Amino acid sequence: MMIDLSTELSGLKLDNPVIPASGTFGYGLEFAKIYDLNILGSISIKGTTKDARFGNKLPRIAECYAGLINSVGLQNPGIDHVINNELPELRKIFNKPVIANISGFSVDEYVYCAERMDKISNVGIIEINVSCPNVHGGGITFGSDCEKVFEVTQAVKKVTHKPVYIKLTPNVTDIVKIALSAEEAGADGISLINTLLGMRIDIKTHRPIIANKTGGFSGPAIFPVALRMVYQVHKAVNIPVIGMGGISCAEDVIEMMMAGASAVQIGAANLIDPLACKKIIEDLPKLCERLKIQRLSDIIGITD
Amino acid sequence: MRDINFKIIENKKIARDIYKMILAGDTSDIKNPGQFVNVKLPFQYLRRPLSVCDYNDGELTLIYKTVGSGTNFMSTLKNGDVLSILSGLGNGYEIIKSDEPVLIGGGVGIPPLYALAKRLIENNIRPEIILGFNNFEDVFFEEEFKALDLNVKIATLDGSYGSKGLVTDFIKNNQYAYACGPLAMLKAVYKKIHDGQFSFEARMGCGFGVCMGCSMKTNSGFKRICTDGPVFKYSEIIWEND
Ligand SMILES: Cc1cc2nc3c(=O)[nH]c(=O)nc-3n(C[C@H](O)[C@H](O)[C@H](O)COP(=O)(O)OP(=O)(O)OC[C@H]3O[C@@H](n4cnc5c(N)ncnc54)[C@H](O)[C@@H]3O)c2cc1C
Ligand SMILES: Cc1cc2nc3c(=O)[nH]c(=O)nc-3n(C[C@H](O)[C@H](O)[C@H](O)COP(=O)(O)O)c2cc1C
Ligand code: FES
Repeated sequence: MMIDLSTELSGLKLDNPVIPASGTFGYGLEFAKIYDLNILGSISIKGTTKDARFGNKLPRIAECYAGLINSVGLQNPGIDHVINNELPELRKIFNKPVIANISGFSVDEYVYCAERMDKISNVGIIEINVSCPNVHGGGITFGSDCEKVFEVTQAVKKVTHKPVYIKLTPNVTDIVKIALSAEEAGADGISLINTLLGMRIDIKTHRPIIANKTGGFSGPAIFPVALRMVYQVHKAVNIPVIGMGGISCAEDVIEMMMAGASAVQIGAANLIDPLACKKIIEDLPKLCERLKIQRLSDIIGITD
Repeated sequence: MRDINFKIIENKKIARDIYKMILAGDTSDIKNPGQFVNVKLPFQYLRRPLSVCDYNDGELTLIYKTVGSGTNFMSTLKNGDVLSILSGLGNGYEIIKSDEPVLIGGGVGIPPLYALAKRLIENNIRPEIILGFNNFEDVFFEEEFKALDLNVKIATLDGSYGSKGLVTDFIKNNQYAYACGPLAMLKAVYKKIHDGQFSFEARMGCGFGVCMGCSMKTNSGFKRICTDGPVFKYSEIIWEND
């Protein structure tokens, strides 16, 4: 049986739904040393801001049951550097459109970054991170407020013809309301979820392990929360959803797609097993065969 | 970098809370002393970074201190148990020609200096060894370094073994230093010398350069301890990170 793994995001055809998530794959270079990136559906690059950022103090990482907390603080070389160096390098090793994940601390910064990314030919989708919980006064204010999400979405849509996906934070009371605001403002799709705000304390020193005290929790532990939110948002909106949060194996991909995801992103799993995405892509056809799924896109949102 | 299955062939206590583990497997990804590996353990989500203490064709030696759930679990592993290990991570030390370099290690910063001493000797360089511990019960690897026919000096904080004091008390002027140990020790060594290489630690998300969990400011820009390091040159280091 020939299994069709292809899927579609706002007119962009993907060979399969598997996309490494922003911040867990760099710009692909380290992974390209161990496998051919062209097997991937797409790649979401590290969150880019207008100016270069060093990010937060160390420690930025804390271990958790079935996951980790990160407080990287959007370290990136700035959009000029990314456009002139990282994206051209990535283009040499990855011949499909990528997802440009951008972040900002003001509506103007989002607009500036989207305008720049709009002109880059290997950018297929612009993913707006309104949710990074790491930076004081940053993403958190946008992603937890319907009006702000509306404002950013609308402003970004004005300056680009590329599909705009709004990446939502789960740290809100009503995820559906936020998703509806993005859709109403013209978003082409929704990505969710970003990390859950979390914390660990070193019981020997009484001090938080993360220098910034709190950080973003992700990994297999958050999968049920992510799945529930993807399910609710998919039911409410009429635009495609990219599902992520704790996906570690082909079974998780199927489950996330049944909940309503048109494609999925894999985050923390890449850090633990650099071959995670490759293994998932290799396992998907076998799993589909066992589940008698001939065309993977048929199961998107199949769960009532 | 590769994920390789290693089989434990020895796992024994060699000092208070200190274990030596020898593993059989493909070590061909390890190119330099001072590189590290990232060990997957059941029940732990993140891998645990440990320095390569020694390596040859098909054998890898790690030395670890039991400080938490992961390393405590490691101490219960038996011969024949298999671990998934990301091998050949980080840059490692560069062999620099110099008259009588000194290798300075504190606690579990000592292991990588062992393979380094062997490589220096292969390059006809005979380093001096300075090892620092808290107490005589913590002392390990004195004999191993002596077996390489090297001059070994030991300092303990409480004076219960070797001489009382800090590793820096032994450093002579103008010695080229290779150091690994706690941050406070690295800083003290840095102040006493004029050139050398220093190995740093960080809580790591990946260990292979993609998560930006381990960044450090240096004179040559932002660097990842896991891939651009863990070893940094004297001239690159600035201490404002903490
Ligand atoms: C490049 C490098 C080389 C190292 N080499 C050695 C070595 O040769 N021998 C040795 O005994 N130890 C070494 N360490 C420290 C060792 O990684 C930690 O002691 C170990 O991860 C603790 O794990 P745990 O589960 O027992 O402790 P826990 O406290 O339960 O660990 C929880 C989390 O914190 C991290 N963590 C805790 N302490 C440290 C630390 N000091 N440095 C980095 N991460 C830490 C762990 O990796 C884990 O993610 C090295 C660290 C690095 C970064
Ligand atoms: C180390 C790390 C860095 C991240 N950086 C970003 C980022 O720059 N932009 C962003 O939108 N999300 C970022 N994320 C969030 C992930 O893209 C993803 O939404 C989240 O981790 C949930 O997926 P997971 O459970 O598979 O990791 C980061 C996550 C991690 C673990
Ligand atoms: S630990 Fe991930 S980049 Fe260094």
